[in-house]
Amino acid sequence: MSDMTLHHDHGHGDEHGHNPAQAHQFENMEQQTECYITGMWTFLVTEVMFFGALFVAYTLYRWNYKFDFYNAHEHLNVMMGGINTMVLLVSSWFVVMAVQGAQLGKRNQVLAFLAGTQLCALTFLTIKYFEYSSKFADNLYPGVGFTTNPEHVHHANLNHAQIFYGFYFGMTGLHAVHILVGILVIGFLMMKWYRRHPSVVNDFVYTEMVGLYWHFVDLVWIFLFPLFYLQANPFPPSVGGH
Amino acid sequence: MSATATTTGQIHEEPGGGKETNYLNVTHTIKSWLLTQDHKRIAILYMVSTAFFFLLGGIAAGLIRYELTSPAGVMLESETYNKVFSAHGILMIFTFLVPAIPAIFGNFVLPLMIGARDVAFPKLNLMSWYLYMTGGSLILWGILAGGVDTGWTFYVPLSSMYSNGQVTITLVGIFIAGFSSITTGINFVVTVHKMRAPGMTWFRLPLFIWAMYATSVIMILGTPVVAVTLLCVIFERAFHLPIFSPELGGDPVLFQHMFWFYSHPAVYIMILPGFGVISELIANFSRKRIFGYHFVAFSSLAIAGLGFLVWGHHMFVSSQSMYEGIVFSLISFLVAVPSAIKIFNWTATLYKGHIRFQAPMLYALSFMGLFTLGGLTGLFLASMGTDVHLTNTYFIVAHFHYVMVGGQMTAYMGALHYWWPKMTGRMYHEGMAKFAALILFIGFNLTFFPQFIVGWLGMPRRYHYYYFAPEYQPYHIMSSLGASVLALGFGLPAFYLIASLINGPKASANPWGAHGLEWNIASPPPTENFLEIPIVTDEVYDFDPTSEFEQEAGTHRIMHGDAPGLQTKDGDKKPMEDK
Repeated sequence: MSDMTLHHDHGHGDEHGHNPAQAHQFENMEQQTECYITGMWTFLVTEVMFFGALFVAYTLYRWNYKFDFYNAHEHLNVMMGGINTMVLLVSSWFVVMAVQGAQLGKRNQVLAFLAGTQLCALTFLTIKYFEYSSKFADNLYPGVGFTTNPEHVHHANLNHAQIFYGFYFGMTGLHAVHILVGILVIGFLMMKWYRRHPSVVNDFVYTEMVGLYWHFVDLVWIFLFPLFYLQANPFPPSVGGH
Repeated sequence: MSATATTTGQIHEEPGGGKETNYLNVTHTIKSWLLTQDHKRIAILYMVSTAFFFLLGGIAAGLIRYELTSPAGVMLESETYNKVFSAHGILMIFTFLVPAIPAIFGNFVLPLMIGARDVAFPKLNLMSWYLYMTGGSLILWGILAGGVDTGWTFYVPLSSMYSNGQVTITLVGIFIAGFSSITTGINFVVTVHKMRAPGMTWFRLPLFIWAMYATSVIMILGTPVVAVTLLCVIFERAFHLPIFSPELGGDPVLFQHMFWFYSHPAVYIMILPGFGVISELIANFSRKRIFGYHFVAFSSLAIAGLGFLVWGHHMFVSSQSMYEGIVFSLISFLVAVPSAIKIFNWTATLYKGHIRFQAPMLYALSFMGLFTLGGLTGLFLASMGTDVHLTNTYFIVAHFHYVMVGGQMTAYMGALHYWWPKMTGRMYHEGMAKFAALILFIGFNLTFFPQFIVGWLGMPRRYHYYYFAPEYQPYHIMSSLGASVLALGFGLPAFYLIASLINGPKASANPWGAHGLEWNIASPPPTENFLEIPIVTDEVYDFDPTSEFEQEAGTHRIMHGDAPGLQTKDGDKKPMEDK
């Protein structure tokens, strides 16, 4: 009763001649590429929701405690945050060039630009390290040891400042973890390119997926930086901030 | 794909001929199971492991029911009782209900139904099982090391500040298990979008696929939110991250909002796969195209969408503003619309169908009754006036057990009986199966219907000591007796299904005369599913209602390999003759 016929173009006949990068579950390379790209975007959706929940919570508290958050944020180092923003933007450009290299099959271009990306990522973490150390030196990490010196939080309510720094360390820390994962993944990808592994050399999609991930990590920072470092003064003009 | 060149994707078996290679007997080593990337084997791994956790959760349920038979408690300290019901909730929800149908039956039949060789990412699929096992083991470790007394909801500040139990390790377990949901969701979404066989258009997809798709969307959008919420609690316990700390000006109700933003949609993760299963069963055992296919398909998506907008009905009494409450109440009522669409369309499908009361169908019919009751009592809780009276009573307990056990568990049993011959290649004892379905229905109602009444009378949930209200005792005893019957209803299948593996008759490719690609291949299927990817040219559930013969011929209907004289939908024309 079932009107099924068989598709003779596929199946065992051509499974010997296909691209070695093609996995067994796919009928052809286009299907594989589409699956990988769709899968990566779907994964990024989950990442957006992951960070999104924290962004919502942060927004809520910043709305509730806008004066305290503004005062507390003045202790953040805009210069370091700004440089880090530039570093990540440059790294994203490197990734774009690396993906282009992968599409054109230019191994040297891929390796050079991925190395540049790694350099940016390490620079970012180094600057982050100095930023965090200066906050730790002022006892600005949440917990029983949180600073009692009003100067450190620019006269914000100490409890609310603690929540602010909770979000600061929580969200930038989670972002830094993503940078670390990125370094590992890019390192792995570079190794495969270096060894001319067929999965990456014959198929640019792996490089593109890593690129998408890196752009996402970059983009999270593009939101984190203004929301934490560049707060507008919420005080009425007559009162003034600090 | 290795060493499967001898397998056939179609029914070419010689009667009584040589042994067919299938996904079960292609290799036998333990390593070949633990490192398998075959979606069918991963489904079996999930089936065994979820059954284990279901058993543990069931033991906890038994302890609860035993304890409640006496108004002053029987044998548990109050704190122990808290730990037991928390363990019951955590095990049943995170290690059983959420993964059960998607990870077992979704994994097994989704690629078969759409005509794919596997899911899009087989390695990710295997990783999902390992994440699940890691998460499950940590949860188990938490229970063995002392347990948690927070309930499965982990409300702060109890879970973050006051509870001395193994909250951190349990939360880490749930966090990790969450990623197994996410990876399954990603896999299914991509597979449904990109791996459908030629001709398998969106509106030719079986409704189980639509339900799986809607479930996956919730898994993808919701699970990360609860993951990060629980992460905040873990970090609060470990490093004093003050996001929910009331003593610093943090908002504990924010935790409830973030938690239920996932956990309300999560109850649709638990019930939507059930809807999908029931659509398959109703259509195939009525031998009729499902009534209003498009409505049933889109109602799954509507439930997934609306599910994200109703979380506030869990906070009618938690300091949420009345106006928020009104909006959440209204949207919660709207969920009843797509749910009712399904129930009505299934009923309309039954009308003038060739209904066959085989075991899976009994579960499906029992689902329709129980879910309707569970769904309608949900409306009592979605309207703020009655909810204030019923909050935290046994009415709620009864309501969600009617949906989760009466709904999802019944659908699970239906799916298990429906696809068991396909998965194992063996038929179970039909009479026993029908008897078990009946026992399950009776036991379930006896367990949970009295809880509606006792809840309405005022028995609070999570209490084991009701010494000053001994009039509740008869209801609790009825409920506990029912639980024993219910346990029998779940125990019997374990017995006759395992027996079927040993001496059950061999299942044919299509023992139910059902319609769908998964029934076109051998039972159990070969590792690569289809020797050649089929081209789909007919509509889903495209039964010929006039053909009684087709039902009888069900065991070897199909494709061009049909024995001569078999009737196809277009008369006796065989598809191969087109060429």
